[in-house]
Amino acid sequence: MSAPEQVDLLILGAGPAGMAAAIAARGQGVSVLLLDENAGPGGQVHRAIETRAAKDDQDADGARLVLALRTSGADLRFGATLWAIEPGGKVFWSEGGVGPEARGTQARSITARRVLLCAGATERPLPIPGWTLPGVMSVGAAQIALKTAGLVPEARVWIAGQGPLLWLYAKQALAAGGRIAGIVDLSHGVPPDALRHLPRALLAPGYLAKGLAWQYAVKRAGVPILRAESLRAEGEDRLRRIVIDEVAHEADLLLLHDGVVPNTQVTRAIPGCLHDWDAVQACWRPRLDAWGNTTVEGVMVAGDAGGIGGARAAAHAGRLAALEVAHALGRLTRNQRDAEAGRWRLALNRQLAPRRFLDALFPPLPAAAIADDTILCRCEEVTAGRVREAVSLGCLGANQTKAFTRTGMGPCQGRVCGPAVHAVIAAAREVDPAAVDPFRTRFPTKPLTLGELAALAS
Amino acid sequence: MNRAVVIGGGLHGLSTALHLARTPGWQVTVLERRHVGRHSSGVNAGGVRRLGRDLREIALSVVSAEMWQGIEALVGDDCGFQAGGQVKVAESEADLRKLEARAEQVRALGWTHEEVVDQAEVRRLLPAVAPHVVGALVTRGDGSADPMRTVMAFRRAAQQAGATIVEGSGAVGIERGPGGTLRVVTEDGSYEAERVANCAGAWATTIARMAGEEIPCGVKASMMIVTERLPHFCTPTVGPTARPLSFKQSAAGTLVIGGGHQGTNDPANETSTVLFGNLAHAARIAAELFPCVAGARIMRTWTGTEARTPDEIPVMGESATMPGLFHSFGFSGHGFQLGPAAGAAVAELMARGATNLPIAPFTQRRFAA
Repeated sequence: MSAPEQVDLLILGAGPAGMAAAIAARGQGVSVLLLDENAGPGGQVHRAIETRAAKDDQDADGARLVLALRTSGADLRFGATLWAIEPGGKVFWSEGGVGPEARGTQARSITARRVLLCAGATERPLPIPGWTLPGVMSVGAAQIALKTAGLVPEARVWIAGQGPLLWLYAKQALAAGGRIAGIVDLSHGVPPDALRHLPRALLAPGYLAKGLAWQYAVKRAGVPILRAESLRAEGEDRLRRIVIDEVAHEADLLLLHDGVVPNTQVTRAIPGCLHDWDAVQACWRPRLDAWGNTTVEGVMVAGDAGGIGGARAAAHAGRLAALEVAHALGRLTRNQRDAEAGRWRLALNRQLAPRRFLDALFPPLPAAAIADDTILCRCEEVTAGRVREAVSLGCLGANQTKAFTRTGMGPCQGRVCGPAVHAVIAAAREVDPAAVDPFRTRFPTKPLTLGELAALAS
Repeated sequence: MNRAVVIGGGLHGLSTALHLARTPGWQVTVLERRHVGRHSSGVNAGGVRRLGRDLREIALSVVSAEMWQGIEALVGDDCGFQAGGQVKVAESEADLRKLEARAEQVRALGWTHEEVVDQAEVRRLLPAVAPHVVGALVTRGDGSADPMRTVMAFRRAAQQAGATIVEGSGAVGIERGPGGTLRVVTEDGSYEAERVANCAGAWATTIARMAGEEIPCGVKASMMIVTERLPHFCTPTVGPTARPLSFKQSAAGTLVIGGGHQGTNDPANETSTVLFGNLAHAARIAAELFPCVAGARIMRTWTGTEARTPDEIPVMGESATMPGLFHSFGFSGHGFQLGPAAGAAVAELMARGATNLPIAPFTQRRFAA
């Protein structure tokens, strides 16, 4: 499939934010090219929604978005991996296969007048001893398997860590007929600070009720919930047992989770695109105005990639961004844009109401507790101890540590280990995480072959 | 005790600081605006190369090569230095003629490190090289090192020698102090010193301007590619004769591909940007020289900001307008190998006003003509 040389709006990601933005932008006559590396639309939250029934109200919203997207007139490219954005809006991607191992893909480029990045969230890693053993995976990865292939956990499956997604997955897995040996809750209960944010959270009661319903459903199913201080995975060739506070339990599968953070892999690679440390969500997020404009002209972000807010908030942010694009391209006056935006902004604020409470309720686990011999960077097999040693030798931030230890130098460029490496450096230096540089990512933010790049040399 | 301030915590600043701190009677402070190795020192290709140097640079480069051979004794770390050799391949008979002429030129000056080899020897050195390669120019004792590891080793050694390294502190002015000393002003305070070194790389012309000196020097943004790890197939660092490419396989197995293809940069904001349309040429030449690498996945690309003088050799010597200030910058993309010797030379200039090391060609006075 050939591509035109220019487009009004290029959107990365066909999750709720990207889909809603594409639909709204098309409604204003803006030409749209949408890239997503998955096989179809939906994003993580509505993954494979076209091939299965909606699970709840929110999922039904997703199904409606997908239908509207399919008929919006946007140029939709699936199995398309964006790998670079240059100043002036030149965007590079590869397509022709699905998944990171796909071969035979071809590099392409286009100049976009506006770029909207809706790259969603990634899981914060939970490095425990033995987490690199076969048989240990993230809750997010298990959720993909559940949604795309209907794979439910069987045998002795443990889920450990903290965060709302952990409870959601447990509930979904049980509902799909799966079995869970137990849940290891590594959080320390409800932080007293969280209750401060409860009144505002009650503005969106549906959200909270849902969260409590997930936990209740898991308890009612008779799944043991163990509060624990320490956890490690053991086994010779693969996971055989987990050790919870020094007590061993047989285990075939261990799913880890420590909350999600904005996916800033692309925005961090763009020179001049500023990010701020969000102390509450313990993550970096791109600095955005109320429309989703970053500090780089023409580059915008909507949805969880700009700060965790959930699927419905993401869709509203996508719509607001689309209105801003239509305004920037001269299709809406400022007044028209603002008039259209009112209801979406109201809806967005309502969706974001419980965030402070949820964020305070599920703080990430402390990095200082990670043992020295635990691997942080899986690609290059760098331990927490090596990172601390680099700090003691004078490395102040993640980028120096990368050059020194190779941590974050593998194919994922720190996408997996970044938050953990950052937290370990901050704890070792005993400074505010905001004072520690995050990994600077480099284009290509997703791998392509030398041959693919060579083909662009005319 | 004499005091010296070194502006810039890159390899050249740290090497200068190390050598001066080991000179009896000198108290050295390094002022680094960001963190050591922030720009080209930390992210360059790590080439340790005499091969193909500008004729005016060869003498200093040869001294530095000796120092690289004993780098562990110098800084207490091997800096990842491996003498795998440097090879410039001939892709045609015309290329080979050029290489032979070059070798003759170098030999005529009394140097013997550049050696022409035939097709059989190139194959032995580079079993995976494409069949059209007919010969090469080789320097066997050359190789490569790990740039950031080198910077950190020089930093540690300088500190152990007594130097103080202040990170996050940039010079905003240089003044003549009372009693003939110099005063380097930063946002957090000022430093009095008898001698000051300007090792500020791409920002060194700004420092020179603070001293009332205008030295012509621009910037460059050479781009690099790193691939996934591959099984070991290539020991030397390789480049062709008539096309721009630098190609090597690191100890970790990754391919490091550069060659001076230019991105863009914005020195004022300290940012630089890869331009993939240009970088595609490096990928293409690499894949033509080593057909087996076409399927290797690119992990990262990057570019940085480095000073480039009009004649692409460095500026080294005392300021013409502010005696006591010494310049060492403008290495134009090939300063990494020169780090050990250049630092020794500048430290000696600062301490005793003269050096026996061969840096005469690098005076900024050459631009006055």
